[in-house]
Amino acid sequence: MTATETAAREVGKARTRKEDARLITGQTNWTDNITLPGLTYVAFLRSPQAHARITGVDVSAAKTAPGVIAAFSGADFAAEQGSLPCAWPVTEDIVMPEHPPMAVDTVRYAGEIVAAVVARDRYAAADALELIDVSYEPLDPVLDMEAALRPDSPKVHEAGNKSYTWTLTNGDLEAAFRDAPIVLERTYRQQRLIPSAMEPRAVVCAPVAGEYTVWSATQIPHILRVMLALVTGIPEQQIRVIAPDVGGGFGSKLQVTAEEVLALLIARKLGRPVKWTESRSEGNVAVHHGRDQIQRIRIAAESDGRLRALDVDLLADMGAYLMLVTPGVPLLGAFMYNAIYKMDAYRFNCTGVFTTKTPTDAYRGAGRPEATYAIEHIMDDLAAELGVDPLEVRERNWIKHEEFPYTTIAGLTYDSGNYEAATATAKELFHYEELRNEQSERARSSAPVRLGIGVSTFTEMCGLAPSRVLGSLLYAAGGWESASIRMLATGKVEVVTGSSAHGQGHETAWSQIAADELGVPFEDIRVLHGDTQVSPRGMDTYGSRSLVVGGTALVQACGKVREKARIVAASMLEVSPEDLEWADGRWSVRGDPDQGKTIGEIAFAAFAAHDLPEGVEPSLDSDATYDPDNFSFPHGTHLCAVEVDTETGAVRIRSYVAVDDVGVVVNPQIVEGQVHGGIVQGIAQALYEEAAYDSSGNLVTTTLADYLVPSAADVPPLVTARTTTPSTLNPLGVKGVGEAGTIASTPAVVNAIVDALRPLGVTDVPMPCTPERIWRAIQEASGGAR
Amino acid sequence: MKITVNVDGVRYDDDVEPRLLLVHYLRDQAGRTGTPIGCDTSNCGACTVLMNGVSVKSCSVLAVQADGAEITTIQGLGNGALHPLQEAFHEEHALQCGYCTPGMIMAATDLLRDNPHPTEEQVRDGLEGNLCRCTGYQNIVRAVLKAADRVEAAEAAEVTA
Repeated sequence: MTATETAAREVGKARTRKEDARLITGQTNWTDNITLPGLTYVAFLRSPQAHARITGVDVSAAKTAPGVIAAFSGADFAAEQGSLPCAWPVTEDIVMPEHPPMAVDTVRYAGEIVAAVVARDRYAAADALELIDVSYEPLDPVLDMEAALRPDSPKVHEAGNKSYTWTLTNGDLEAAFRDAPIVLERTYRQQRLIPSAMEPRAVVCAPVAGEYTVWSATQIPHILRVMLALVTGIPEQQIRVIAPDVGGGFGSKLQVTAEEVLALLIARKLGRPVKWTESRSEGNVAVHHGRDQIQRIRIAAESDGRLRALDVDLLADMGAYLMLVTPGVPLLGAFMYNAIYKMDAYRFNCTGVFTTKTPTDAYRGAGRPEATYAIEHIMDDLAAELGVDPLEVRERNWIKHEEFPYTTIAGLTYDSGNYEAATATAKELFHYEELRNEQSERARSSAPVRLGIGVSTFTEMCGLAPSRVLGSLLYAAGGWESASIRMLATGKVEVVTGSSAHGQGHETAWSQIAADELGVPFEDIRVLHGDTQVSPRGMDTYGSRSLVVGGTALVQACGKVREKARIVAASMLEVSPEDLEWADGRWSVRGDPDQGKTIGEIAFAAFAAHDLPEGVEPSLDSDATYDPDNFSFPHGTHLCAVEVDTETGAVRIRSYVAVDDVGVVVNPQIVEGQVHGGIVQGIAQALYEEAAYDSSGNLVTTTLADYLVPSAADVPPLVTARTTTPSTLNPLGVKGVGEAGTIASTPAVVNAIVDALRPLGVTDVPMPCTPERIWRAIQEASGGAR
Repeated sequence: MKITVNVDGVRYDDDVEPRLLLVHYLRDQAGRTGTPIGCDTSNCGACTVLMNGVSVKSCSVLAVQADGAEITTIQGLGNGALHPLQEAFHEEHALQCGYCTPGMIMAATDLLRDNPHPTEEQVRDGLEGNLCRCTGYQNIVRAVLKAADRVEAAEAAEVTA
């Protein structure tokens, strides 16, 4: 190949995934698959009380049960267990209570760990749990956020039930609302959700002479390592964390958990390896939950629908304790309520509230789905108020494509976007006008099954995150990512990333990027991740950050390899480095393309090191760490058509069209998959899922029979398409896609349901929009039965 | 209790507790860890295997009930090569984290045995007992339909040959 021919680029190809080879054949390495000589099994006893003082824990009978090696209560760990970390104390005066991994004297949610058994097999451990006797003195549960803030409420913690209040303001809100032709105020409820990754959590810990290897079903091996060191006092260099194959996360494995800390402490106490694997019903009470906010939202608009101002008041349920980023989750929404719209004033105010429920934390989208739901819902209400099409009212308010870069009222600068293009494409694929006509016809015919059309034009902030921004928001760590290239002697390549995949397809996408950047075949690249010994630096995977931040680090690391290769090649070719040009994996002499060396030949020369120029080290390997300057801002337009049976409340999604603009796409098949899965998770919030508690504070949706994760039969076929407006903020032009579908789809579905029922006087249906709730909303609107 | 089970073509003679679940037997005693566990109420289907050719959720079968049975797991499905369903799942990107995949593929095997030419809706209904949190099912349905076409084409080729 000559320098003028350019190999087809890998970026943009729908490559099938490298990961699949092991996943489709059962050759996986889930944490629960790991076995070690002398391995013991841990089972935890959890509080059945939502709020109680522990007056006694007797583990003596459990200790003597067959197969049992040890049994522990909180008292056994009181001196060494520390407090589970919260890395995001969002205000200076935040109330951040102690959070012992194993409860010692008080339990604050049903599911909190009160004792542990270690046995030779998992059945013996489970049996022995039943022999533990715990005495409780019940305290009043705290289950309702608004009641929790009243002075007469029972207290979850000594310092009270308010954790913090955080406010963002810009512009003269009062002036904007004063004399505004239109003011709308709504209250929406973001129900509590259970992330429900298909792989339950698991942890294995092997102690060897004061050093510990921890395998965990985690999204964050690097953060976990730092935190385990800080919590337990074990020096960081003596802890190695491995995230082997991890079966989904959706935020639920972005956590430093009681079980991980206790597994480490138990392994240290016993001096032998331990394994803990969660059951689903255990996980439903113990894995952090998501959402759970009460949103009061107010808009002021001109008589033509142009927004003047937005005012948001949130109550956010923290649950019983602050976990890793619990307080920060609603803040991610603070920057997104204004969405794609222009306005003159904005106020966001959030109060974090303690209740005696499972702690909440990041769940797919984390703050952004909540914000998008509220603004997109009220934009539909505004359209109804004006009697104009919901897309029309959005267009009157959105940032036009020629106005980018645009600094929003929330203070973020959106680099690029084209809401017009995405919306036009979506309307066409959806047959928007035809459906609107059909809707009117049906409404006229007074048929019991109504048609509704839901609109969601969303954006989000991805690529978490510029470290200086995180610092200004009082987050304890940075938002950079790292990548390393190891050029092997045979010309093959190992790519090491600090991002930690659990289904996203890094091994494939990173291979595609490195193949382009280094000019080596896709097949010659192996991607390594998820082990602090193999990839020592990383900030892991969450917040649609991997490609935007980690992908950019990879591009930079490849650039360093090329530059070093240039010096070595120049020496090999006996020319000056400035006389070389790079194409298709080869440095060649400008004007004499036959004179050149491939990256593989150069790598071997660097390996042999016989004749390297003065001062050049014998290796082409490189490291790069990238800290973004800004977030990235994917966007899109999702349209949903539903049929609602007004006699039964049943909903059927008739069609769903998603047009996403995630910038440049590395692998279209992977991107489409992310969009599909995200949309269905958002549909699940709209229609099916809710973590429900009884009046004494027990979770009643502890199994997948009660907590309704949808099946293939419950969700519609999806039509997806893309527009491409490259990000201007990174060399790949990518924006991130992991959460887009979830953020967009929930309001699209609920807006469609409300749209179908608006002629009947319905303005909202609380989520999940079950047939019963829809039926009740219709009855209430018509003055019928409650 | 003593049991004899054939797992993926290998005979195992074992002494097991009567309460031992088949899935734990497969994973912990037979070492076939390709079959994962996703729940404890037989809702998720991650642990689906074939027992005498019929799909079962191995978390709701006791090991002793499998005495004398032939069990096929994801690790024995293709007999060393890839089964058309495995190929189609790969080609159609019908998996992300892959945790539900073994159960999904085994359930789909049984679905296609019952109904070799399913419609999209029949695939969706037929896989109702298997949950996936990553894919939104779109590509799983595509993959099952593709595998069905491919098996049909292979059979047609066999007939004409």
